[in-house]
Amino acid sequence: MRTFLTTTAVVALALGSAFAPARAADVKEVQMLHWWTSGGEAAALNVLKQDLAKEGFAWKDVPVAGGGGDAAMTALKAMVAAGNLPTASQMLGYTVLDYAKAGVMGDLTDIAKKEGWDKAVPVALQKFSVYNGKWVAVPVNVHSVNWLWINKAVMDKIGGTQPKTFDDLIALLEKAKAAGVTPLALGGQAWQEATMFDSIVMSTGGSDFYKKAFNDLDDASLKSDTMKKAFDNLAKIVKYADANYSGRDWNLATAMVIKGDALVQVMGDWAKGEFVAAKKAPDADFLCYRFPGTDGSVIYNSDMFGMFNVPADRKSAQVALAAATLSKSFQSAFNVVKGSVPARTDVPDTAFDACGKKGMADLKSANESGKLVGSLAQGYGAAPAIANAYKDVVSKFVHGQIKTSDEAVKQLVQAIDDAR
Amino acid sequence: MNTIATTDPLKTRSRQRSTLRGKLQDALPQIVLAPSFLLTIVFVYGFIVWTGYLSLTNSKTFPSYAITGTRAYERLWRWTLESDPPSSWYTSITNMGIFGSLYIGICLALGLLLAILLDQKIRGEGVLRPIFLYPMALSFIVTGVAWKWFLDPGLGLEQTLHHMGWTSFHFDWIKNKDFVIYTVVIAGVWQASGFVMAMFLAGLRGIDGEIMKAAQIDGASSFQLYRRIIIPLLRPIFLSAFIVLAHMAIKSYDLVVALTSGGPGGSAWLPSNFMYEYTFKRNEMAVGSASAIIMLMTISAIIVPYLYSELKEKAR
Repeated sequence: MRTFLTTTAVVALALGSAFAPARAADVKEVQMLHWWTSGGEAAALNVLKQDLAKEGFAWKDVPVAGGGGDAAMTALKAMVAAGNLPTASQMLGYTVLDYAKAGVMGDLTDIAKKEGWDKAVPVALQKFSVYNGKWVAVPVNVHSVNWLWINKAVMDKIGGTQPKTFDDLIALLEKAKAAGVTPLALGGQAWQEATMFDSIVMSTGGSDFYKKAFNDLDDASLKSDTMKKAFDNLAKIVKYADANYSGRDWNLATAMVIKGDALVQVMGDWAKGEFVAAKKAPDADFLCYRFPGTDGSVIYNSDMFGMFNVPADRKSAQVALAAATLSKSFQSAFNVVKGSVPARTDVPDTAFDACGKKGMADLKSANESGKLVGSLAQGYGAAPAIANAYKDVVSKFVHGQIKTSDEAVKQLVQAIDDAR
Repeated sequence: MNTIATTDPLKTRSRQRSTLRGKLQDALPQIVLAPSFLLTIVFVYGFIVWTGYLSLTNSKTFPSYAITGTRAYERLWRWTLESDPPSSWYTSITNMGIFGSLYIGICLALGLLLAILLDQKIRGEGVLRPIFLYPMALSFIVTGVAWKWFLDPGLGLEQTLHHMGWTSFHFDWIKNKDFVIYTVVIAGVWQASGFVMAMFLAGLRGIDGEIMKAAQIDGASSFQLYRRIIIPLLRPIFLSAFIVLAHMAIKSYDLVVALTSGGPGGSAWLPSNFMYEYTFKRNEMAVGSASAIIMLMTISAIIVPYLYSELKEKAR
């Protein structure tokens, strides 16, 4: 047995030296981990690739098996643990802060000062792109969650008008039901239900309440009667979904509205991409309204490029990537395609459609009035453990495991406490 | 290792050679075995110990190395007792009980029945056998997606029957929080029962025809024949099939994801889904590790007694 173990050790050493890493860093190359591989997103990202190519930087995608954000984040975790840092990675909210806390993020403060990012990028977003006074990430876009997407033909048929309050919305849904159309296109997956609940909470309690409860995690607000009322409102609105909503993907729910099978979907502005891809025009074929009672406020989430602490010889490529990402031309070109709005408030809105223009104006005013708040469902309100605990509670309430709004509030407080 | 080596006559002969080549030849089996031995030590047992260690820390997104006690286990234990409204962990383990017992039970029963029917010297057995066995060749993802469409009330079975005129037909288990786990059982059984059938068929073919003849001469009906003689003789097959099915049940993850994406309100979760969710999506690595350790202990509780009895029988 002992000789066997000795041989094992020798072989291990031999194998180890054979596989020792042997790669030289390429200075003129951007190594990028992202999951924008499909149609419009890939096309939008191509703009960035070409911008960088003009400056002489090659683009190299870091391959992710399986695609999708979860697989990419697992791959990133493994790369960082192995000390093999990409130049940058697509990242969401708290992930940036987690990695910054672990001390692996780079520092872009010099270029940020030079380009005046502090003023151009909304303050609320800087919570995630600036860590301990250093710029560690650049936002690519701002999505907002509190939108209604309505099929105009159906709306005209039932003679509806833009709902101004939550009760208006319920009345509108009731009209659609009476006309034999599915009122609410809902995808019964936890994140979609929670995304809709984000809007309901803001509509019920206002943006200050939302901020206190879902960004500051204030106990009193979470426990309050307003939160209970929000759950009651959720129960009211879910009744207008069809019987088959559970487990449906968001884009299928959007397709129901596009085809006129359903009146309205409550979803973030990525839904617009589906309408545009189906050759539908805003105001002519579909309507984009803010969720009633949330006009002037924006519940946002944002895609970021996290910048890692790469060796000095790869730094120039990283700085070029960051600058190109936040350039006005790229921000406009990318977001027109993606359906979101630019992550800086000084980009001209000429290239955008009506919904995009409204989104940009709302972002600007919400930023100035302090009504720009992070979406808890989308991971911009609190850390992932808390955000997922929240999604659990909302989903269990929608599907009936949690039976009353009293119980839901109790569960929400406990789940958030647990995850803290 | 050495005890086997010294009884090997080839080995004893080669030991007398002291040339370099001879020594190398001596060591060859060890050199060839060493990499896989090493890989197993590190990547199986090493990581089991590593996971156990992590479950005692307060690791979140990244591993942290300071031991902070059994808080992760305490949380799991509290969640175990939280049944109304059900915690995710409670749902996971009760689903494991439902899925595990039904999946194993139905697969065994159905597999045995199919094997007995196929064993009646029927025509076309060569065609039927691969048809039943074929689902095993599909991955869980394919099985899951296919059944997801088939069971979806808006797409599959229910819709088709409605079109054919049977409008009162109603089957929405896959959308129902209380029944979604049974759809996982259906898909799982569809996939694995053919494989169990093949195992039983091999066992049936291995039974000595003389025993059956003797029983028939003694006047046993064919029911008695199966009940008293053949099924008891198949005991080792039952055991092997049970072990194969049990570990497949415990590690089912992809089937739940592909078929139900977790089910309404997470009602189709199994412990493996729980583990993945908490470790990678919720950045609660300690809780995820603790649940992995509990799963490992569950598997050991089944496998260890089996290995023990098997090895004991061999030693005798």
